[in-house]
Amino acid sequence: MDEAARSATAVDFRELSASVRRIADEVAGPAAADVDARARFPAEAMEALKQVGALSAGVPAALGGGGCSTRQLAVLCGLLGERCAAASMILAMHYIQVACIVHHGAGVRAWSDYLRRLVTEQRLIASVTSEVGIDGDLRRSIAALEADADGFTLTKHATTISYGAHADDLLITVRRDGDAAEHDQVLVLVLGGDFELLDPGEWDTLGMRGTCSPGARVQGRGELWQVLPVPFADIAPHTMVPCSHLLWAGAWVGMATDAARRARSLVQGKARKNPAVTPRGAERLADLDARLQLMRADHEAVLRDYDELLASGRRIGATDLALALRVNNLKVNAAGLLREIVLEAFEICGIAGYRNNSDFTLGRLLRDAMSASLMISNDRIRSGNAAMHLVHKGGAIRGLSEGRA
Amino acid sequence: MEQQAAVAECGHEQMDIETQVRTLIGQTGLDAGAAALGREDDLFDAGLTSHASVRLMLSLEDAFDVEFPDEMLQREYFSSVAAIAGAIGTLLGAGEV
Repeated sequence: MDEAARSATAVDFRELSASVRRIADEVAGPAAADVDARARFPAEAMEALKQVGALSAGVPAALGGGGCSTRQLAVLCGLLGERCAAASMILAMHYIQVACIVHHGAGVRAWSDYLRRLVTEQRLIASVTSEVGIDGDLRRSIAALEADADGFTLTKHATTISYGAHADDLLITVRRDGDAAEHDQVLVLVLGGDFELLDPGEWDTLGMRGTCSPGARVQGRGELWQVLPVPFADIAPHTMVPCSHLLWAGAWVGMATDAARRARSLVQGKARKNPAVTPRGAERLADLDARLQLMRADHEAVLRDYDELLASGRRIGATDLALALRVNNLKVNAAGLLREIVLEAFEICGIAGYRNNSDFTLGRLLRDAMSASLMISNDRIRSGNAAMHLVHKGGAIRGLSEGRA
Repeated sequence: MEQQAAVAECGHEQMDIETQVRTLIGQTGLDAGAAALGREDDLFDAGLTSHASVRLMLSLEDAFDVEFPDEMLQREYFSSVAAIAGAIGTLLGAGEV
């Protein structure tokens, strides 16, 4: 990228992030309690995000998108996460789908055309990776692509599809064909109008209620170009897994920042009433801030490494254990720290946090935060990490500049 | 003559390694049956899962008394019987120097 293009992108990002902050404060935040209470899609926030072009932030500038780095996308998710966790998680999940297409459809005309269309129409993409009978394993599918004269058809019984009923398009993992092994998967785009969500279940959960993620039987069809030209075995380690953890963590950092803000505001209010005494809770606030710093620092470091690897053009494979471990560690760390931070804020805010009708209420945040260790269960990730540590010799991430651990 | 003998010997060693590798692949639980695999057949296509590849790697390290350095923990070194035997050969050779 030349200097002019770089600075243009920087200016664009300042504008975009200011717009997303405004949407968070003026649209998503005020609607968040209702979105949660009624377990409804945060339609007004998503519409406002479309209006400012936020849904194509991750599309390269050459195709008309925002040209944002993973780090910048995570910042946008965080801004929204400070006001509405559900809207933030929806944006994060959409960005992950876009990244899969950008990284693995690059250079194919049909995919470039689709991304241009995503820019102009601000199309929202939902993910269908879960399936009945695979026990939450991203890298296995039962459903298979069925080729026919016009292209393909597929039927997949998914256990959860976040915002599926509100998405324009779906990105679906399936086996390559009816004879393929469970892990021989491809990633397939199915366009709005070409799919039906049959027998949708109910989404009545503790938290993240606005993501509207019930299961359903997906029936879809499409043309052959809509199968990404790279095996999912390559897409998962290079894009889907790292982007998921990095962008989810973006939403979680926003939520932790929200908890810190509420706790700080309560402690400072007390301090102003009685300036001579350090109020109860101030030390806990200091501890909370230290945890938030750890959470941010880990997130920033892994974002930096990942964006540097992307910029180097190197393909990240399933055997890049050092990177996989760092990304997995980030997920487990961030989910744990988020829970600790919200609980600490709970102790600080006391009854004011416990009440559902105070400025310091933490109930929704606490319930939303509990999802972090479940979405790809921390236990599954820890067991994957354990297996990697049996063979990993402790080396640095391959492909990073000299001197980086 | 000496050179030819060395090449032949090396070829024999390589075949021995491949036989052992095949045995270990069979023991780590590859569906397709290790005996039926061609030297260059892709093990991952034949159903080698990531869990099974970890078990295979550990049993290779034990059987040949080698350690795969991180830069060799790549698909290309584990994609076939021949590739694994080549990697082991390299590590054993490096050990002798």
